[in-house]
Amino acid sequence: MSNNEQVAGSAPAAGARSKSARAPRRSRILVEFMGSMNLAITLLVALAIASVIGTVLVQNQPYTEYLIDYGPFWHEIFAGMGLYQVYSATWFLLIVTFLVASTSFCVYRQSPGILKDLRRYNLQVKEKSLRSFHSSATGELDQSQQEFVDHARRVLKAQGFKAREKESEGQTVIAAMKGRWNRLGYLLTHVGIVVICVGALADGSTLLKAKEWLGIIEIETRSVPVSEVPRSAWVPVSNPSFRGMVEIPEGSSADVVFLPMREGYFVQQLPFRIELEEFRIERFSTGAESSFESDLIIHDPERDEPLRHTISVNHPLIYNGYAIYQASFADGGTRLDIEAIPLGGEALRSLEVPGRVFQEQEIPTPQGDTRTIEFIDFRDENVVPLLNEEGQRENRHLGPAFDFRLMDRTGHGLYYRNYMRPALQEGAMYFLSGVRESPGDEFHYLFLPADADDSLDRFRTYLAMLHNAEVRNTIAREVAADDPSGTAIAQTTSELMRLFAEGGYGAVHAEIDRRVPEEQREQVGQLLMRVLHAGLQGLYMEVLEDEGVVSIQEEEQRWLEDAVSAINAISLYESPFYFHLSDFEHREASGLQIARAPGQSTVYTGSVMLIIGIFLMFYVSYQRLWIIARRREDGRGTQVTMAGTSNRHKVEFENRFAHLKRWIIDQKPANGSDDGQK
Amino acid sequence: MSVPHEALDFERPSIFRRIRPLDWAYFALVLAVAVIAHWQYGHLMDRYDTGGLILAAGMSAWLGWFWRPWQLFSIIVAALSLFGVWLYGDDLARGSTNFWLNYIGSGQAGVMWMSVMLYMATATYILGLFTKSDFPSRLGAAFAWIGSGAGMMALMVRWREIYLTDPSWGYIPVSNLYEVFILLAVMTTLMYLYYEQRTGQRTMGAFVMLVIAASVTFLLWYMWDRQAHEIEPLVPALNSWWMKIHVPTNFVGYGGFAIAAMLGVAYLIKHRFERTRPDAAITHRLPSKDALDSVMYKSIAIGFAFFTIATVLGAMWAAEAWGGYWTWDPKETWSLILWLTYASWLHMRFTKGWRGPVMAWWAIIGLFVTTFTFLGVNMFLSGLHSYGEL
Ligand code: HEM
Repeated sequence: MSNNEQVAGSAPAAGARSKSARAPRRSRILVEFMGSMNLAITLLVALAIASVIGTVLVQNQPYTEYLIDYGPFWHEIFAGMGLYQVYSATWFLLIVTFLVASTSFCVYRQSPGILKDLRRYNLQVKEKSLRSFHSSATGELDQSQQEFVDHARRVLKAQGFKAREKESEGQTVIAAMKGRWNRLGYLLTHVGIVVICVGALADGSTLLKAKEWLGIIEIETRSVPVSEVPRSAWVPVSNPSFRGMVEIPEGSSADVVFLPMREGYFVQQLPFRIELEEFRIERFSTGAESSFESDLIIHDPERDEPLRHTISVNHPLIYNGYAIYQASFADGGTRLDIEAIPLGGEALRSLEVPGRVFQEQEIPTPQGDTRTIEFIDFRDENVVPLLNEEGQRENRHLGPAFDFRLMDRTGHGLYYRNYMRPALQEGAMYFLSGVRESPGDEFHYLFLPADADDSLDRFRTYLAMLHNAEVRNTIAREVAADDPSGTAIAQTTSELMRLFAEGGYGAVHAEIDRRVPEEQREQVGQLLMRVLHAGLQGLYMEVLEDEGVVSIQEEEQRWLEDAVSAINAISLYESPFYFHLSDFEHREASGLQIARAPGQSTVYTGSVMLIIGIFLMFYVSYQRLWIIARRREDGRGTQVTMAGTSNRHKVEFENRFAHLKRWIIDQKPANGSDDGQK
Repeated sequence: MSVPHEALDFERPSIFRRIRPLDWAYFALVLAVAVIAHWQYGHLMDRYDTGGLILAAGMSAWLGWFWRPWQLFSIIVAALSLFGVWLYGDDLARGSTNFWLNYIGSGQAGVMWMSVMLYMATATYILGLFTKSDFPSRLGAAFAWIGSGAGMMALMVRWREIYLTDPSWGYIPVSNLYEVFILLAVMTTLMYLYYEQRTGQRTMGAFVMLVIAASVTFLLWYMWDRQAHEIEPLVPALNSWWMKIHVPTNFVGYGGFAIAAMLGVAYLIKHRFERTRPDAAITHRLPSKDALDSVMYKSIAIGFAFFTIATVLGAMWAAEAWGGYWTWDPKETWSLILWLTYASWLHMRFTKGWRGPVMAWWAIIGLFVTTFTFLGVNMFLSGLHSYGEL
C-alpha cells in the first residue's frame, strides 16, 4: 500500500496531493517532470552506470599509459568524453545536479501535503467514501453513541493514536492518526540526500575547473621543480577546498601541495610550511609494517612557536581546517656507497661509485666504454618469497636493497635490484641480483654464491682467475698431466674455459656446433663438457689451496656448482658489473595528503538526516483511521462505520485493522495475539 | 454485549509490564557481565573500548528483549567462548594439545562445526521442502542455530587467539576475508532464523540456507587452498576503531540482501508453479507470495538501513584514514551502485506499489551486485580496500 493509494482512496486525504483541475501551466509541467519518479529512476540508473565505468576504466592514470592501452583512436574518444576522470566530468556532475534538482522538486512538491498530513485530521469524511476503503468495517451496537465514542477514544488512545472529533447533525466523526514521524522520515531522507550532494559539491573540484575554464588558471603537465612552475598553475591560499599530495624528504619542508588534474596538476599554496623531521616505519616481529609515522613541524607565521605533531595512518593532524594525512612514503634521496665489481678479468679491481637515489652516475667499463647508472629506489627492509631448506616457499626478510637501471650510450638498459646482504636459499648463502626488462615485469635472479665469510671474495678470485689466460693454461696443463695426449687436451681445456668465461655454456655449445660434425656431436660434446668441468674443478682447487682450505666437503663442492651456474648466467645479465652496496645513509620521504573540505560537516549532517529518515520511514508505520458513529435508524443503539489506511504493507495493515475492529466495534479481546505492532 | 474494557486487551501494557521476569534476569546478567568485564579489564580499555563494551551490552540486552531466543543463544555462545578462552590460558599451543580446544572449542574447530552444521541445515531444510512432515525443517532450524552459535564462538575464541599469537597484533576478527565470511554466515543465518520465527514459514529455509552454504563452501576453499585462517598481523590502514563498527554493520546489509534474493528465487518458483502445477504438493508447501514478498521487503529494508549506516561509517573512516570521505575508490563506488540498486527497488515499491516477479528478479540481481561489491571489487579492481585480496 503506497502513499499514492492512500490518495487514490480519495476524499479523506483529499488535501494531501490533489492534482489541480486547472489547465497545466508550463512551470507546473516542469515541476511534474523534474519530480517524477521516472526521471529519478533514470537518473539513478545513469549514475550507477557512470560509476561502473569509473571503476572498470582505471581513473587518473598518466595519459601516456592510456595511449598505450587503448591506442590513439580510442584514447582521443575516451579523453574527450572525460572517461579518465568520470567523477569530475561535466556530464557526470550534470547527472548529479539533475538528481539533486529532481529530489528537491520532489520534496518541494510533497512537503505541503506532508505538513498538512501532519496537522490535518480531515473530519469532513463521508460514510460513503469510508466504505470504499480497502480496509473498512461497519457495525451496529447496542451502546449509546456517547458510550461508544468514549470507548473508541480509549482504544485509540491506548493504541497510540492521536484523534480529533467533530459532532454535527447527531453524528460523531473521529479522525485519528499515528506514526506521523514516518512522513517526516520521507522529508528527512530526501533533504538529507540534497544536503549531502551540496556538501560534496562544495568539496569537489568544481570551482577549480570553473577557474580553469575561465582561463584564470592553467594546468601544468611537465614534471619540473616547483620553482619552475609558472604562476598560472598556482592556486592561491584562498581556495576553499582541495585535496592534494606532497612528498617531503626527511629534513626538508614544503609549503605547497600538488592537486592532480587530468594529465597534469596545479600547485596549491599553503598558508604554512610543513617540515618533516623524521619518518618511521614501525614493524611487527614478523617484519610486516605495523605503523607509518611522520614527525612534523608546522611553521605558521600566525603562530609564535612552531607546532610539533606526529601523524600516522588513521591519525591525521587537523590544523586550522587543513587535514594532514600520512598517505605514503618513498625514498627521500638515500646516499648509497656502491662498489662496482667487474664481472670479468678485473673482478678483483672494483670501483667506488658514490650514489644517491634519484641521481645518475657515469661509470667507465673495463672494456673502455661507459655506462650510466640511474639510482631509482632504496628500501631497507625487503620481503621476498624464497625456498627454505625443505624447499617450501617462505617469506624472507632480505634487508636493504636498491633499485637501479644501467644504461648504455644509447640510453637502453635493464632494471636491477641488488640486495646488500647475502640470503639463505636452500641451505646456502647467495648475493641476489634481480633483473628485469621493465618495471612491470617479474625479476629474474642472479645468484652469486657467498663464501664462508659471507663475502664475494672467493667468487671474485675465481672469476678473475678464470679470465686470466696464463692461469687457465697452467691449470689446464696440470689437469691434463696424467693424460697420454696431454698437450692437446690441455689446449682444448684452456680454450673451453675461455669460451665458458666469456659466454657461458652458450658459447661453448656454439663452438662445439661449429667444429664437430653433427653425427659425433653428442658423443664429443659430452667428452668436451667433462674436459671443461675438469678444468673448472682444477681452477677451484687452486683457489681453495690459496685460501688454505685442505679438505673439500659437500659444501665446497656445492659452491663450485653455484659459481659455475652464476658465471654461465653472467652472459645473460647484461651488466659488466655487479654493484654491491657497501654502505648507505637512509633518507626517507613522507607522502602527505593534505585536504581542506569545508563541506565535510554538511555531508555528515546530511548523512545523519538520511539515516534517521530511513529508519523513520521503514520502522514507523503511518496509519490513519476514521470512525463515524450515529444513532441507529430505529433509535436504539449506534451505527458505526470505520475505515483506515496506512502506507505500510497491505497484509500487515489488514491484520492490524482487524484487531482495531475487534476492539472498537466488536468490543472483544483480540485474544492476546500479536497486535500488529512489529 | 458491552464488556468492561478491563477485559479487553487493547491497553498496551506499559513497557515494564511487557518485560517478563526472565527478561529482567537476562538484563541483569548482561549488565553483570559488562560490569565485571570493566572492573577486571577496565584499566586496559580506552574510552572507545569502554564505549564499545556499553554498546555491545546494550545491544545484546535489547536484542534479548526484542527477540527472546537471543537470550539463551547468547548465553550459551558466551559460556562456550569463555570456556575456550579459559582453556587456552596464556598458551596458544594448548589449541592442539587440549582435547576440547582441538576438536570443539578453538576458532578453527568452531569454524569446522559451523560449516558442518550449516551444510546439514541446508540439507534438512531442502528435505523439508519435499516431505509432508514439519520435522526436517525443525531439525534444519536446530542445525542452523547450532551452526551460527559455533561460528560466533569461533570468532570470539579467534579474537583471543590473535592476541595469544602476538599480543602486539591484537585486533578484532573482522579484518580479513576469512573472518568476514564467518561473520557473514553467522549473521545471515541468525537474521533468517529471526524471520522464520516471526513468520512461522519454515520452507523459506531451503532457499536461504543455500546461499549460506555457498558462502561456507567459499570459506572452506579459501581456508584449505589459501591457508586463509592463519593469523597474520594487521596492515596499518585497518588498525582503526572504525573497522569494528563499519564491518559488522556492512554484513547486516549483505545478509539482508542475500536473504531477500533467495526469497526472490522462492517467489519466482511459487509464481511459476501456481500457474503450471497448482496442485503439486510443493506449490502448497512454499509460503504464499504475499508472505514471501513481505519478508523480502523486510530484509531489504533492514539491509538497506544498515548498509546506509555502514557506508556513512565507511566515509567517516575514509576521511580519517585516507584523507577524504569520498574518493571514488572502487569499493566506495560499488557501494554506491549497490545502494542505488536497492534505493530504486524501494522507490518502485513505495511510489508505484510494484510487487511480483519483477521485484523478485530485481532482488536477485541485487545479490549479484552485492557479491561484486563484496568480493569482485577486491578480485578484479585495484583500490585502497586491499585487505581482502584473493
Ligand atoms: C539518490 C537518492 C534519492 C533520490 C534522487 C530520490 C528521489 C525521489 C523522487 C524524485 C521521488 C518522487 C517524489 C514525488 O513523487 O514527488 C521520490 C519519492 C520517494 N522516495 Fe526517494 N530519492 C532518493 C532516495 C531515497 C531513499 C534512500 C529512500 C528511502 C529508502 C527514498 C524513499 C522514497 C519514498 C518513500 C518516496 C515516495 C514518497 C511519496 O510518494 O510519498 N528515497 N524519491
